[in-house]
Amino acid sequence: MDDDVTHVETETRAPSVIDRYYTRWYRTDLKGKPSEDHCILQHSNRICVVTLAETHPILQNGRTIKSINYQISDCCSRLKNKVSGKSKRGGQFLTDFAPLCRITCEAYQVATGNLTILAIIPFTEGYIAVILPKLEESKSITENLLTRDEFEKVVAKRNIFPSQPS
Amino acid sequence: VMLPLKEKDKPLVQKLLSSGCCPRCVLRFQNNSSFINKSQSDADAEQEADEAPPPKRFKPEETELMREEESPVCPVCLGVLQEHCDQTLASKVAEAIKTENYEFDSLVLSVSLPAQLCVREHSCWLHVKTEVRAKSLVLGKDDVIQVKEAFKWNMQSLVSKTLGGAAVVSKSAFEVGVEFVHPDTDKDCHFLATTCSDCFKPTKNKESVFTRMAVVKALEKISDTNFLKHYPCPPPRHSSSCVSRDVQCLHTSVFIAGRYNKFCRSLPQTPWLINGERRMESSVEELIAGPILETFRATGFNFSSSGREDVDVRTLGNGRPFAMELINPHKPKFNRDQIKKIQQEINDSSDKIRVRDLQIVSREAMGRMKEGEEEKTKSYRALVWTEKPIEKEDISFLNDIKELTLDQKTPLRVLHRRALAVRPRVIHSMSSEYRDTHHFYLELKTQAGTYIKEFVHGDFGRTKPNMCQLLQTETDILELDVESVDVDWPPPIPE
Repeated sequence: MDDDVTHVETETRAPSVIDRYYTRWYRTDLKGKPSEDHCILQHSNRICVVTLAETHPILQNGRTIKSINYQISDCCSRLKNKVSGKSKRGGQFLTDFAPLCRITCEAYQVATGNLTILAIIPFTEGYIAVILPKLEESKSITENLLTRDEFEKVVAKRNIFPSQPS
Repeated sequence: VMLPLKEKDKPLVQKLLSSGCCPRCVLRFQNNSSFINKSQSDADAEQEADEAPPPKRFKPEETELMREEESPVCPVCLGVLQEHCDQTLASKVAEAIKTENYEFDSLVLSVSLPAQLCVREHSCWLHVKTEVRAKSLVLGKDDVIQVKEAFKWNMQSLVSKTLGGAAVVSKSAFEVGVEFVHPDTDKDCHFLATTCSDCFKPTKNKESVFTRMAVVKALEKISDTNFLKHYPCPPPRHSSSCVSRDVQCLHTSVFIAGRYNKFCRSLPQTPWLINGERRMESSVEELIAGPILETFRATGFNFSSSGREDVDVRTLGNGRPFAMELINPHKPKFNRDQIKKIQQEINDSSDKIRVRDLQIVSREAMGRMKEGEEEKTKSYRALVWTEKPIEKEDISFLNDIKELTLDQKTPLRVLHRRALAVRPRVIHSMSSEYRDTHHFYLELKTQAGTYIKEFVHGDFGRTKPNMCQLLQTETDILELDVESVDVDWPPPIPE
């Protein structure tokens, strides 16, 4: 790389922050619900950022999000989780299907820009959760997830044979 | 040379000799430093002149014990003063220093003794204390010359002579250590573990719980009666004496400081390892450390700097202050010209970095680099991309923003190694330089510790406010240079 001369592509966009530092992973039809797809961005430092995939019903048809509730049960709030120190003591442990939050939407309204953080996922603002996998699990954690290519194939098939909402 | 034995010392000396004490230990307990530089044969002659050892009583059925009773090994120093303070050991020390080719002005000789010598010393002290009191001789435990002291007094001049007159002193940056071990240390100390169990807690790095410190502490706690119940008085004879281990040489660390530039966008500051595998072939610290380590012949180093930059960030201007601890330098002394030469060597070895103001500093001065680091300011220049097309006027308002406080949640980029927190950081001033419809240069003067990349791209909204919010469009940072790190240490050195 030539360091002294600055090369700027004016026309095409250079790789984005996500392209540069994160690997995109997907899981489709979560808990068997059609198109409820999640996107997990894994940073090269093993941090995972959980977002909704652009195909998620919440992000379709101009829906807006009314509220996001991180209170999972009476005693478990994802939002009030306090962690301390480098090792993030006090962090909540998660299993495969542990709920992160409940999102309530208003259907068929035109998004009005800055209203919600999730509306522009997975671009520059907002995410559902940040997960720090254990060091020894940081590789295996993505084993059951789809790569971007695999995800695109699933979505393409879905568009040919749309599943019937039950 | 024969020394007249004082009449009042006679009972003490007799008691010590009959316990099997070597002449040097006898003199130690008399608080008599006259054995300095005296050879063992002189001390032997003195002993023979004064007293013949009293006849021993044997228990013929206990052959093992008999052998130990007959053993000529001094039961107090276990041979350390009796047989090890000699030319052989002095030569071994000199050889170790020469083999490693140390350069030094002076050296301090240190000795490590097995812990049970404390037990034996204590036993011997209790033995003579009762005797001494009866003879109304004033003698406290502190008046006994320590084995360590006696060892050093004897060895210092021998080592000095062997090294051709080197200064062997009591304080020096260069330490040469002699370690004695004994096979039965644990056996001799074991009773203390049952009487003072709280003094002996197993630690990860130690082979045995019976460290010298722990044994000294336990001996301070134990009552004389309790001690005498568990351990013989005078100390029992032992068939084998201590053995000396390899001589350890260690020069205290030398600290060197300077400023560095980094001209390369593919060079990490420190070796970059992912899962134990190297990501980049070199690093700033290795490029700097290479010639320094080689010249100082140090065995290792610790690199620290006033902040750090990412692998893809350049550091221009006067550079970033850094300091290095050089561990165990075999050649620790250099003058200004020689240091300048090392600096030149570093600068000649790579175009990726440049060093200036290289100088030897004190350990304390090194602390000044980290001190008040958060209050210092840093200047940056960033190339920013905007999603929406921009005109010059769209970004000119940035020039008017002063003292903007950001709330920075620990960036995702470093969250794996830094605590989660919201850190307020101040951008003192900004200026923009328009480049084209999607790019501009942003110059920033900020409080140290501000994460610039995150300020520009927003880090998923974790840094607020961020450039995306200020410009109402997605923004990204394509290039970043550190223009100055405003720390006035180390002092500049004229070229």
